Amino acid sequence: MMLSRASLLFPVALIAGLVAVFLTAQPFDYLSKGAPPGEDLTVEHIRLDGTGIHATVRAAGSEPMIIAQVQVDGAYRTFSQDPVGPIGYLETARLDIPYPWIAGEAHHLVFLTSTGAGFEHSIDVAIATPGTTISDLFGLALVGLFVGVVPVLIGFAFYPALMSFGESGRQFALALTIGLLAFLLVDTVGEGLEVAEKAAGSLKADLIVWLSALLTSLTLLAIGRRGGRPPEGVALAYFIAIGIGVHNLGEGLAIGASFAVGEIALASFLVLGFALHNVTEGVAISAPIRREAMSPVTLFWLAVIAGGPAIPGAMTGGLSISPFWTALAFGIGAGAILQVIIEVGGVFLRRKRDISVPWYSAASLVGFTSGIVVMYATAFVVRS
Amino acid sequence: MKPAAADGQTSHAHGGGNRLVGTIDHDRNGFDPHDILADWDTGEVSQLADGRRLREYQIVASDMEVEIAPGILFPAWVYNGRIPGPTLRATEGDLIRIRFSNAGSHPHTMHFHGIHPASMDGVPGAGQVGPGEDFTYEFSAEPFGCHLYHCHSLPLKRHIHKGLYGAFIVDPDSARHADQEAVARSRLLGTPENARWQEFVMVMNGFDTNFDDENEFYAVNSIAFAYFDKPIRIERSRPVRIYLVNVTEFDAINSFHLHANFFDYYDHGTTLTPTLKTVDTIIQCQGQRGIVEFSFADHEPGLYMFHAHQSEFAELGWMAQFEVV
Repeated sequence: MMLSRASLLFPVALIAGLVAVFLTAQPFDYLSKGAPPGEDLTVEHIRLDGTGIHATVRAAGSEPMIIAQVQVDGAYRTFSQDPVGPIGYLETARLDIPYPWIAGEAHHLVFLTSTGAGFEHSIDVAIATPGTTISDLFGLALVGLFVGVVPVLIGFAFYPALMSFGESGRQFALALTIGLLAFLLVDTVGEGLEVAEKAAGSLKADLIVWLSALLTSLTLLAIGRRGGRPPEGVALAYFIAIGIGVHNLGEGLAIGASFAVGEIALASFLVLGFALHNVTEGVAISAPIRREAMSPVTLFWLAVIAGGPAIPGAMTGGLSISPFWTALAFGIGAGAILQVIIEVGGVFLRRKRDISVPWYSAASLVGFTSGIVVMYATAFVVRS
Repeated sequence: MKPAAADGQTSHAHGGGNRLVGTIDHDRNGFDPHDILADWDTGEVSQLADGRRLREYQIVASDMEVEIAPGILFPAWVYNGRIPGPTLRATEGDLIRIRFSNAGSHPHTMHFHGIHPASMDGVPGAGQVGPGEDFTYEFSAEPFGCHLYHCHSLPLKRHIHKGLYGAFIVDPDSARHADQEAVARSRLLGTPENARWQEFVMVMNGFDTNFDDENEFYAVNSIAFAYFDKPIRIERSRPVRIYLVNVTEFDAINSFHLHANFFDYYDHGTTLTPTLKTVDTIIQCQGQRGIVEFSFADHEPGLYMFHAHQSEFAELGWMAQFEVV
């Protein structure tokens, strides 16, 4: 024990010594040859209200950055900054710009730093940011309910019909689950990488999406198999619900954010699209449950876990949430989905062994394809 | 600045608000835009053997960081520590001798818009001066008018827009213009007729602070909104003459528009009769210049704006006003 402590101390002391020497002597600073400081500024959030434009920015400069002037639509404008002063590395500040913005039109912002560098941001469609009034929040909560919980419950209603087809119905349902999850995995990673682009470059949010997905799936696999056996039946249904739940949190956030920036023009139509899109999730969650283990209480909790997160997502999507955290949420969601793909796939292959049904049957091919096609087709409605 | 009350959730009206935030340290810059307005550099005057007047000037080019807008430091190149460079003023026929030394980090020249021999043109190969070197330009002040000088080293755009330019005013010699002697004397610095005029030099320029070949700031005499925030005071009883020069880089033209009044315009200032009468807006391409003359004698006192009538330039800094008293 003493030996291992002593041997650890030495390399740690070496590292500490190296850090101390570099920080005090700065032996390689001459290589920069007096180059001007590197600057980067990311606009993380825009809020529009009766007092003007409010932008939350994150600096990523090699030295603290000073926002000296602000242009709106090619004109210099008064503004105030909170907190005042230079913005340090990866720190944020809010810029309040009294500006008579025009509803439904585009506005262009340029933030000029003390070095004269300009950082641009466009507001594609200006609309007053909702989420500040009780009725707005209630409306968004209702949207989350219809997008998340209700379609999952409707999806459960397919269960008796599928089971009435016997073994091939069950196989179809499981294959459909895998197809759907495959679609969601690709979709969630894509969403995560898209939002990661909006985060400050040095946060490497794209890497975070991949790594958090990997770590989440490994962690959930370990939790699921802590008894030494892979989860099946109701336990597996809960894991599917968790994976889909994290995905729906992200979907809720996206809906809330879209409302906030006025990108959703045909709100009712889109909520319907999302709802249809998510009915398949109910089918997927219920697929591994044996008929005898089915109970209304179980289905209620599964629906809450899978669909419920869409509600807080929709309510908070319009708030100032850093793209970094949103990207992390998508990464965790992707990891949770990957885990259930592995486990549902396991169930599928074990069934072949146990009751000698070929896993590549017509029912499973149709199910898998249906899962992907249904998700893809309903996604059109949501994306348009 | 007091924002007006917001009118609900769809559109919002605020009074004004088109301005810069903060103040400039003119002492740190070493020049104040209000001092530049009527700061004539008439050189060191002496008499040549043949009776001709000699004017000698000292000009130094150097690298200098200039706060061109509050909080924004521009890595400029300057003549005699200011942008625009000194306003060189002479009389038609004077011999001009300019000892130009380069304390900067790149080769520079002084290219005058005027009449001179090829060897004095101030271009690469004729009067270009390397860092630490010097050169003496010598030529006759011809023709009378409102002119300019600028660096003609390459790359040209960069050498001009970094700040190497200034006005060069040649007053008419009234003895040579007997038929229009009164007009000529009113233009000739040092005469009582000239003293009653309120004369200003205004060099329309811009700054591309991020070097993307588009200007972030526009102004007259470099400092955006300087004459808007602190208006130029003029007396109603005395006429106004503006020596207007356009050196704006990257944009095809610049313009001058006066509110609530009209003016006479002398393109290039090389005539004693106006080339345009009774106008309130003129345009100039880069290098073009002219003389603007007007009077507020019959107006009520108050603030009268003048600015580029490209709204884009105006809102990016080329906005100013006279305080008529």
